[in-house]
Amino acid sequence: MSSTSNQSAVYARIRKNPRFTELVSKRQGFATLLSVIVLTIFYGFFMVVAFNPNLIGQRLSEGSYVTVGIAAELFMFIFFWVLTAVYVKRANGEFDAITEEVVRDAAKGVK
Amino acid sequence: MLARLNIALLGLLAPALSFAGDAISATEKQPLNLHAIGMFVLFVSMTLGITYWAAGRTKSASDFYTAGGGITGFQNGLAIAGDYMSAATLLGLTALVYTKGVDGYIYMIAFFAGWPIILFLMAERLRNLGKFTFADITSYRLNQSKVRTMAAVSSLTVVCFYLVAQMVGAGQLIKLLFGLDYNIALFVVGALMMVYVTFGGMVATTWVQIIKACMLLAGGTLVAVLAMSQFGFSFEKMMGQAVSLHSLGEKLLFPGSLLPDPITALSLGLGLMFGTAGLPHILMRFFTVTNAKEARKSVLYASGFVAYFFNVILLMGFAAIIIVGQNPEFFEGGQIGGKIVGGGNMIAMHLAKAVGGNLLLGFLSAVAFATILAVVSGLALAGAAAISHDIYARVIRKGSATETEELRVSRFASVGLGLVAIVLGIAFEKMNVAFMVALAFGIAASANFPVLILSMYWRGLTTRGAIAGGYAGLVAAVLLVVLSKSVWVTVLGNAQALFPYDQPALFSMPLAFLITFIVSKLDNSAEAQAERAAFEDQYVRAQTGFGAADASSH
Repeated sequence: MSSTSNQSAVYARIRKNPRFTELVSKRQGFATLLSVIVLTIFYGFFMVVAFNPNLIGQRLSEGSYVTVGIAAELFMFIFFWVLTAVYVKRANGEFDAITEEVVRDAAKGVK
Repeated sequence: MLARLNIALLGLLAPALSFAGDAISATEKQPLNLHAIGMFVLFVSMTLGITYWAAGRTKSASDFYTAGGGITGFQNGLAIAGDYMSAATLLGLTALVYTKGVDGYIYMIAFFAGWPIILFLMAERLRNLGKFTFADITSYRLNQSKVRTMAAVSSLTVVCFYLVAQMVGAGQLIKLLFGLDYNIALFVVGALMMVYVTFGGMVATTWVQIIKACMLLAGGTLVAVLAMSQFGFSFEKMMGQAVSLHSLGEKLLFPGSLLPDPITALSLGLGLMFGTAGLPHILMRFFTVTNAKEARKSVLYASGFVAYFFNVILLMGFAAIIIVGQNPEFFEGGQIGGKIVGGGNMIAMHLAKAVGGNLLLGFLSAVAFATILAVVSGLALAGAAAISHDIYARVIRKGSATETEELRVSRFASVGLGLVAIVLGIAFEKMNVAFMVALAFGIAASANFPVLILSMYWRGLTTRGAIAGGYAGLVAAVLLVVLSKSVWVTVLGNAQALFPYDQPALFSMPLAFLITFIVSKLDNSAEAQAERAAFEDQYVRAQTGFGAADASSH
């Protein structure tokens, strides 16, 4: 069982590792980018609902009941879910690999 | 008096039932539904079997609160989806599409869009920092007693209001679906909940939720497929008929009365997104998985199931316009376009009966009952954890309580919460409980969420700031809901609401952030300095998971 001071020493070593800085900035950047995409599309859609509701009911083609609103929403359901899949894939692969490496290096140095 | 439903709340209803509550005024007890009762008994025996099995595995505090951290991402994803897809989702949203068309779909996307954000910004940090409750995270580097007390107070407030809303809805719904007496229904729900939580802890609660989620997905899919088969599986054909038959006609395809102005739309979006991210029983689910990897996968699966199910509901709602809306059997006195038998919430049930007979109706009714049971169990567990882990073990005993003592308290707390839920459920039978859901979400978004997110992201947060902002959010949310139409007019009988919107989040949440920020900034005490300094280690743990609570494997 590692004591608190021991743990703190590991944290300090991790902090100093440039790979850690790289991990944080990459992952945070990616998460922020995806969040901005989701929020922009989502609130953009809500603004259309609020200010230009007629556009929502417009049909995509003559005689079809698929409207702009229905198509846009179906797109959001699918696209947002795809984005979560993209994030999980990258975070569980690339990012977690760096995380493991950083933790391993730091723990080795302290013991 | 219950007929006035606050539609804007509907999307917030995650597992709540104010929509179901709406039905009650208009309906009497239905005849005993034997198929439904039979299938429900089957579900209950199965879940009790699981509880028996789970009880044998619930030995430590970690088993009780978080199933030993041994739930997989897939299982947890189903359980989260189960928490999210309630009886209100199934019944309320189907009814909403049936009556308002595309408005219902807009609600559903608002309901869904919070999940990717929770994944990107929170899931991993929650898992890396938390152990049993979200107060573990907010109090990580702040004053344990003060911050935990606040978190427990707001958690318990959220849980109690939510629980009462659930219980009242449950009683009404069960009266409708099964023909059981309101009070009996409440006792059945309360007693089963106590058994699941007290004996089986998080293991049983999770499995009840998983089974129920599977039943709900299967039931909904079956109804939708059978309904679509009547239109040769053609969306166009179904929509063509729906538009020509519905009283709204073409308007079915346009946003209608539910989203009248940008403030309402924005407040709704905020309340949905961040309310969910502040609900104690949802947050707790993130501590049941092995590590951050599984936490992320949970969200992936959960959001996949939720997205799928919402689209199924869309199809059910539109199909019901033709299949239910044109069948005199489902209208009181056989008057098409008149009052729906059993009230507006029964659309999904009528559709099940129309396409699959009494057997499918019975199945879907059992699913609805199971859903309520599963959701109240999750709530009770989260409430019990706040009492035993936060208040008893950390605040009162300052960490000196043994695990056995803490566990005993949590079991007493679950039984206590069960009794409170039954008593309040009976007390509030005749009341419109819609405001309770607004309150629960408002408090979650305004008291829990700001402090939680700032504790994870902002170095400058101090105890004083967290306390001031958290309590300000709590008070503001309560106040605004009391002044809104759902309490001020509907419950208290005043003529005009003093606060014109239904969801307080748009106002109370920024207020909580602002106060937390200012008070933290002004705080230059020695403790504040130490708390800021402690952020560094917390930050590394949040990012890497090093030092995070391990899974005691099962």
